[in-house]
Amino acid sequence: MDYISNTAAEQDEMLKEIGVKAVEELFAMIPEEISLDCELDVEAGISEMELMDLAKEAAAKNKSLEEMTSFLGAGAYDHYVPSIIDHLISRSEFYTAYTPYQAELSQGTLEAMYEYQSMIAELTGMGIANASMLDGGSAAAEAVTMASRISRKKKVILTETIHPAYKEVIKCYGKGHQLEFLELKSNSEIMDPAVIKENIDQETGVLVVQYPNFFGSLEKMEEIAKIKKEHKKLIFVVIANPVLLGLLKAPAEFGADIVVGEGQGLGNGLNYGGPYLGFMACKDERIMLRQLPGRIVGKTTDVDGKEGFVLTMQTREQHIRREKATSNICTNEALNALMATIYLATMGKKGLAEVAEQSYHKAHYLAEKIDQLADFEVSNKENFFHEFLVKSSKDIKEIKAKLLEEDIIAGYDLDKAGKKGLLVCVTEKISKADMDNFVEKLEVL
Amino acid sequence: MEEKLIKDYSSPGRTAYSLPELDVEKRDLNSELGGYLREDLDLPEVSEVDVVRHYTALSELNYGVDSGIYPLGSCTMKYNPKRNEKLARIPGLSYLHPYQDEDQVQGSLEILYDLKLDLAEISEMDEITLQPASGAHGEFTSLMIVRRYFEARDENRKNVIVPDSAHGTNPATAKMAGYNVIEIASNQRGMVDLAALKEAVDENTAALMLTNPNTLGIFEEDILKITEIVHEVGALVYYDGANMNAIMGYAKPGDMDFDLMHFNLHKTFSTPHGGGGPGSGPVGVKDFLAPYLPKPLLKKGKDKYYWDYERENSITKVHSFYGNYGVMLRAWAYIKTVGGSGLKKTTENAVLNANYLKARLREEFELPYAEESLHEFVLSGSRQKEKGVSTLHIAKRLLDYDQYAPTIYFPLVVKEAIMIEPTETENIATLNRFVETLLKISREIKEDPELVKNAPHNTSVRRLDETQAARNPDLRW
Repeated sequence: MDYISNTAAEQDEMLKEIGVKAVEELFAMIPEEISLDCELDVEAGISEMELMDLAKEAAAKNKSLEEMTSFLGAGAYDHYVPSIIDHLISRSEFYTAYTPYQAELSQGTLEAMYEYQSMIAELTGMGIANASMLDGGSAAAEAVTMASRISRKKKVILTETIHPAYKEVIKCYGKGHQLEFLELKSNSEIMDPAVIKENIDQETGVLVVQYPNFFGSLEKMEEIAKIKKEHKKLIFVVIANPVLLGLLKAPAEFGADIVVGEGQGLGNGLNYGGPYLGFMACKDERIMLRQLPGRIVGKTTDVDGKEGFVLTMQTREQHIRREKATSNICTNEALNALMATIYLATMGKKGLAEVAEQSYHKAHYLAEKIDQLADFEVSNKENFFHEFLVKSSKDIKEIKAKLLEEDIIAGYDLDKAGKKGLLVCVTEKISKADMDNFVEKLEVL
Repeated sequence: MEEKLIKDYSSPGRTAYSLPELDVEKRDLNSELGGYLREDLDLPEVSEVDVVRHYTALSELNYGVDSGIYPLGSCTMKYNPKRNEKLARIPGLSYLHPYQDEDQVQGSLEILYDLKLDLAEISEMDEITLQPASGAHGEFTSLMIVRRYFEARDENRKNVIVPDSAHGTNPATAKMAGYNVIEIASNQRGMVDLAALKEAVDENTAALMLTNPNTLGIFEEDILKITEIVHEVGALVYYDGANMNAIMGYAKPGDMDFDLMHFNLHKTFSTPHGGGGPGSGPVGVKDFLAPYLPKPLLKKGKDKYYWDYERENSITKVHSFYGNYGVMLRAWAYIKTVGGSGLKKTTENAVLNANYLKARLREEFELPYAEESLHEFVLSGSRQKEKGVSTLHIAKRLLDYDQYAPTIYFPLVVKEAIMIEPTETENIATLNRFVETLLKISREIKEDPELVKNAPHNTSVRRLDETQAARNPDLRW
């Protein structure tokens, strides 16, 4: 099937108006040497029923989390997604629109983005937020390049406890800006603030910390805040988990200049890694705002004095400034940001705190149980939030494989990140019975 | 504003969420988290009905492809098939964690691999990464590949050449990848000026970034000479896939001797634009550039599909996971349903629709480049400007007639530019209505220019003050 609605007769009428006999004539300018002389080798089209059969066949080869209990986190979190989100974003006036260039006919998207910016600013404690970035990793990378432009220094300090994939994305983006990275090692699941302190020198422009970090641990934020205070020109970037900010102190209170992170946990499904959204917030200072990448929505008035919304501060952007833009970002993750907006409105003041709190209590319940098992130890029990590191005398791969037979995904094997252990995550969706079952299965391994 | 903000529906204590009772012991948060606990969180306190009515009301202030024609040049705002939306929500395909074992996601990997094969065939590229999450992200990935390629050859080239008609993302991307941007002027026919190109290339040139057809909708008929000139100095030629809807089944970037390119799945392959994302910008390369693609790269082994992380020459990563998988599912579904001949038909009708509009509008509006064009074309509002009415006013007046406006003031090489791309999914009746509306506006300009200059009149808000918005930023409640 196809999506062409003009009939052959209508097409002929149009060709006549154009003044050609056949549609092929419209392609006559393509030189013969490169003009395709055969059909594309792409299978013939199929009907909707056949398509759905094909999709179901593929789905049957997968094993989705519907069929399992999953303790996987590591940057993508299985929080509850209220039904109204998918219902509302399926309003096609939202999802079939483009970037709101014509503001007067795009007030829905624009007002929702303004609400998104407001709620992200509230969560992070920062003055302003943009209308979304592509994902957590690229948001972190663009925060680092922005921070380096503001500090006018090329040396960036990364901590080992940052998500390994984020570090790779940050370093990839850094190449284009000739940034130098110093990655501080840690001998536990958190960074020793003293190590951070002694590595900051005159050349250091940017410090990046994750909160909670890759291992689920809370860094010693108050001590890091003191270090930041001593180095006023240092730009402090915090990569935060926005769901947990429902309970945790806003990064602004620890002196953050820029706060970024993965917004997926805010009402976006897992979708095998995307589409997600990156969020980005910064201090409400002119120098920051001028360097902020991405779309920004502002409130203004129309000719009759009525309030409305527009894309603003566009002189930072590629379509106006070209090579002098703060970033090349154009399409962002507007619909995912809308999902996050509806999520934050739905969960509200109390609900978001409760999601974070339940995740905390449950994760600690499970961690204590696992820690009591003979062959297992939770190595960051002093400082984790809802994700923790399990070490074992047994082989992690074997543990994972055996539990998979019981339809349990035990967690993320840190082998992939060059460490030993299992990263276990608990959200509000996991029940006590799920956890007791998990512990029981671990015990009889 | 027409609809108040969600926070203004708040009533203390009102809630919209439901969670099960906590089934484990409550711990003492104050003693355990002390200095980490936040004191206040000022989020809305509203009911579920409040949320549903508010966002429904907002959707009614919006306009999408489902509302009517959306002729934004360069954006390919075609119809977004609903079956693809349904497909992407099948739990067996969507409720997957990115770190699940490959064994558990073979069905999805098979789909992604199938998509890669089709993209490679459509473009005549050899290897594909699906990781970039948007067009500009694909551009960035491509330019980082260019950079890595020269690094591997111990060459330190500094410049990237971009035509003056290029998308703003091209020069912005080149800069982000650490290159100087050299802009070259187009010739009188709206094409790359070969003499200017020859003048600009040297051993310091890393790449030329080019769209073909270009942003004027004009096919660069000297393309083989262009790629040859660039290759002669050892530089690479990158294809911006924004305009793929113009050539499917008729020509392939690989045959034009492009070395690498990006696709816009959200343009060419019908996935929804979402009000500004999510998109997906896969990158295709010729074999010799494959080692530099981001990791992991999807591969097919003997009996299973797998992610290859062992890629020492890779540019590493541009996304936390594998890119916008949900968008890829929809694009795959589109290619499956339309099929090879359907893609060609798509292109034919996109070009037919654009040429029909051009034929009907070219007398009333100035056509700055008479050259034949493909899926889009650019008019100028300069005649209307003489009457004191600018292209911006024309665009705003279109909104009064409940139709979205074309891209305006781009490409920069055309004064008062009106860039129109109808796509193949519009029918003749819709196109006629669009033409008649534009002709009517042109009459209005002659008879009552103030009417047009003060547009829009019928939208929920009238002309918004952008200067005020930028001067006194109000970016949050």
